[in-house]
Amino acid sequence: MIDPRTSVITERLAHVGRIVAVSSGKGGVGKSMVATALALSLAREGCQVGLFDLDFTGPSTHIILGTPSNLQPKEKKGIVPPNFEGLSYMSLVYYVGDNPAPLRGADITNALIELLSVTQWGTLDFLVIDMPPGIGDAVLDLIRLVRRIEFLIVTTPSLLAFEVVKKQVSLLCELQMPIVGVVENMKMDKANDVQLAVHKLGLRYLGAIPYDAAVEAAIGNPQKLLETAIGQTLGQIKKASANQRGKPHFL
Amino acid sequence: MHEWALAEAVLKSAEQVAEKENLREVTEVTIKVGELQQIEAPILRFALNQLKLGSFKKAKFRILKAKSTLKCRVCGTIWEFSFRKLDKAAAEAIHFVPEVAHSYIKCPKCCSPDFEIVSGRGVWLENIQGVKSE
Repeated sequence: MIDPRTSVITERLAHVGRIVAVSSGKGGVGKSMVATALALSLAREGCQVGLFDLDFTGPSTHIILGTPSNLQPKEKKGIVPPNFEGLSYMSLVYYVGDNPAPLRGADITNALIELLSVTQWGTLDFLVIDMPPGIGDAVLDLIRLVRRIEFLIVTTPSLLAFEVVKKQVSLLCELQMPIVGVVENMKMDKANDVQLAVHKLGLRYLGAIPYDAAVEAAIGNPQKLLETAIGQTLGQIKKASANQRGKPHFL
Repeated sequence: MHEWALAEAVLKSAEQVAEKENLREVTEVTIKVGELQQIEAPILRFALNQLKLGSFKKAKFRILKAKSTLKCRVCGTIWEFSFRKLDKAAAEAIHFVPEVAHSYIKCPKCCSPDFEIVSGRGVWLENIQGVKSE
């Protein structure tokens, strides 16, 4: 017996320009905030952007975006993600609501294959993926199923976070996966240890996002999120690295 | 329709098998559909017939239904899934992503959501028959 679903995944993503997985070896570093702010910021610039919450057991981008509970995908030769705040937005939350989703590895793989094979993303400039923490099933499956994925790594200044991130970087390098760079989130001082360590790894240090207490109050309000240090810093990083056509090319 | 996306996947996958097996004409494709996903067989068949091209033009589609068996990882209880016990919203959610069954179904004996979907999960390509190229 053959599982037919994987045969159409490449086709489903055929009209998606860049696929960027916002990822970190460690949890709690602000991946979902960065992924959401990045997607919103790109959309505000006129790019066609999708946001896919791949943290199946702990999704949070719907809370950050403040999506209404009745937001649902449409059925049209598959599943068409609804547009919210200029984003084609996909999450398992549409199907589990407020219920917990206690999924083991094989279930995560199956749910990922199902969503990748039936979601009709259409034409996008960027598909931003909010990854679960770690280097487990979701990361390995994405690498296996979506070969042209690129990783944007998020860390904090904490040694605890960065040491785990280093292991993730090591794995991604070994698998020859492109890493667009590292963002240092929640920075509270001027120390440049992480920046130096990132350079030592041969990666691009994209910038530091200062710790901003206002981020908590911006949850559920996309415009406010873009006005926080996360939104502002990502905007500056994009501007500083924009190519000649004005398109952000740090991604 | 969700079944259309699955039909596309079945045909794409069947095309790859036909090519590998050097079939110039495919006469029959057998598909197994697990009860858990509650795929509408007539819609799936309609989509397959609408989408078939080339060497599949004369292909017939045999759709077999498979019972869905679940096994509790905590107490070992094995039971058969029945969507009649679910409310409409839960049944629809499982139709789209069968794994969300873990959010709605519990072991009938110990109430754990930690169970294995032993059989009858989704759509499988079971067999392809056709005429080989000379």
